[in-house]
Amino acid sequence: MRLKLNIWRQKKDEKKGCFESYEIANLSPDMSFLELLDQLNEQLVQQKKTPVAFDHDCREGICGSCSLVINGNPHGPHKGSAACQLHLRSFKDQEEIWVEPFRATAFPVIQDLIVNREALDRIIQVGGYVSVNTGSAPEAHSTPVEKAKADEAFSNAACIGCGACVAVCKNASASLFVAAKLSHLALLPQGQAERKNRTLKMVKQMEREGFGSCTNTGACSRACPKEISIHSIARMNREYFKSLLS
Amino acid sequence: MIKEHVKASSSVWWVSILKKYLMGLTGLGLALFVLLHMLGNLFIFAGDKAYNLYMHQMVNMEASSIIQVGLLSAFLLHIILAFILSVKNYFSRLKKYARAASGWKATAWYQKGLIAQGAVILVFVILHLITFKFGVHYKINYGNEEIRDLFRLVVEAFQNPITVVWYIVALLVLFIHLFHGLSSSFQSLGLNHPRFNKSIKGISLVYAVLVTVGYISLPLYVFLFMQEGAG
Ligand code: HEM
Ligand code: FES
Repeated sequence: MRLKLNIWRQKKDEKKGCFESYEIANLSPDMSFLELLDQLNEQLVQQKKTPVAFDHDCREGICGSCSLVINGNPHGPHKGSAACQLHLRSFKDQEEIWVEPFRATAFPVIQDLIVNREALDRIIQVGGYVSVNTGSAPEAHSTPVEKAKADEAFSNAACIGCGACVAVCKNASASLFVAAKLSHLALLPQGQAERKNRTLKMVKQMEREGFGSCTNTGACSRACPKEISIHSIARMNREYFKSLLS
Repeated sequence: MIKEHVKASSSVWWVSILKKYLMGLTGLGLALFVLLHMLGNLFIFAGDKAYNLYMHQMVNMEASSIIQVGLLSAFLLHIILAFILSVKNYFSRLKKYARAASGWKATAWYQKGLIAQGAVILVFVILHLITFKFGVHYKINYGNEEIRDLFRLVVEAFQNPITVVWYIVALLVLFIHLFHGLSSSFQSLGLNHPRFNKSIKGISLVYAVLVTVGYISLPLYVFLFMQEGAG
């Protein structure tokens, strides 16, 4: 198959960028979207042009590195999957495709399709962890956890921190990310000791980083490769209020 | 680097979550008023006496001024916060996408235009107050005392087809705002539970439909079935 790509090109350390169009032929529908970019880059290198910079690592939907907005959809059109899990069979032959970086003030573009997502790391660094030293893995039965809570904690722990929630949100809000991280720990016994401070600190840091507020549109959950529920955001709001009062 | 961030952040407590908390509270308060106000206005179907006596009672109720101050503050607070958050949200994205998300990942159009809906509602409320609350003070006597004849004012106002159409349009905008707003305020206030999560959207829809149909019935009824000067 053949595709026409319009890819956002922005040089390193430059504030402005623009779309450039590329025609690319001899594609297999079984190729992944990232392999398409690989093939394009080989073509560009042969032409002595700068290849397109894009983030990737695991290429199997678990690391959260890939960060493409494809035809306006973070991670492409499909539900519950990352850009690296997208295949060309999802597109029509001759289709024109627009590829952009995640756009948010808190995610400055580094180059082309790569954005700086350290803002999310800083939110974790202020308290998104359990700081007791646990030694080696304890006997699982020694700390009983209610099944429903364990499941809920697990769904939230599935967050790979890719930032698609921010990318798709009309307000560029990181609420779903922070809510998932808070929920994961607030639901488990190990997270209780630091629960209040963690909530206050992470919410403050989210604010400081310049993410928007939540309008409860639910687009974040729909774009989330791990389909984390928007109900986690209600939990974060509740946790924040409780933490302020206690 | 990290330490600097934590330090600087320690002074921020007036976070968006709190602002949204207040938006949710004021929104719910206004939504409750909107419902009661609609129900009260249905007295129009019971004739001029029932309507005028009910309105007279409401306006002269002991708690009336407290309720009015409360409503005005809630309304103003809601608007100010809406503005602050909308500005913040605008700057959080700033660089627009060339293509909007589509299909499953898209954001519904009515959720993108909350501030525009709000602007229409604001204009509507101001005009509404000018027409009725601060409108002509007709008097009518039902035996014991002379009271304001609001019934006559309402019937007069809705003889004008332009007013009727404007009311219907504004109320449909309110419908959209409330349909999103009611369920959204539950989220903002952190009020959710696996047992009733599914029904929140349904309750919002039923509420918004009831309120809108209730209100729209008024100008339509007056325009279609009441002659100028009736009552
Ligand atoms: C009768 C009048 C009104 C009622 C009953 C009402 C109700 C609501 C409710 C219940 C919400 C949801 C709050 C939340 O998400 O927590 C809301 C959100 C909102 N309202 Fe209103 N509202 C009214 C008037 C206005 C006006 C006059 C404006 C602006 C000029 C406005 C702008 C907004 C905005 C921008 C939001 C979304 C905030 C966000 O999620 O980012 N509203 N409204
Ligand atoms: S490259 Fe790891 S999630 Fe896509």
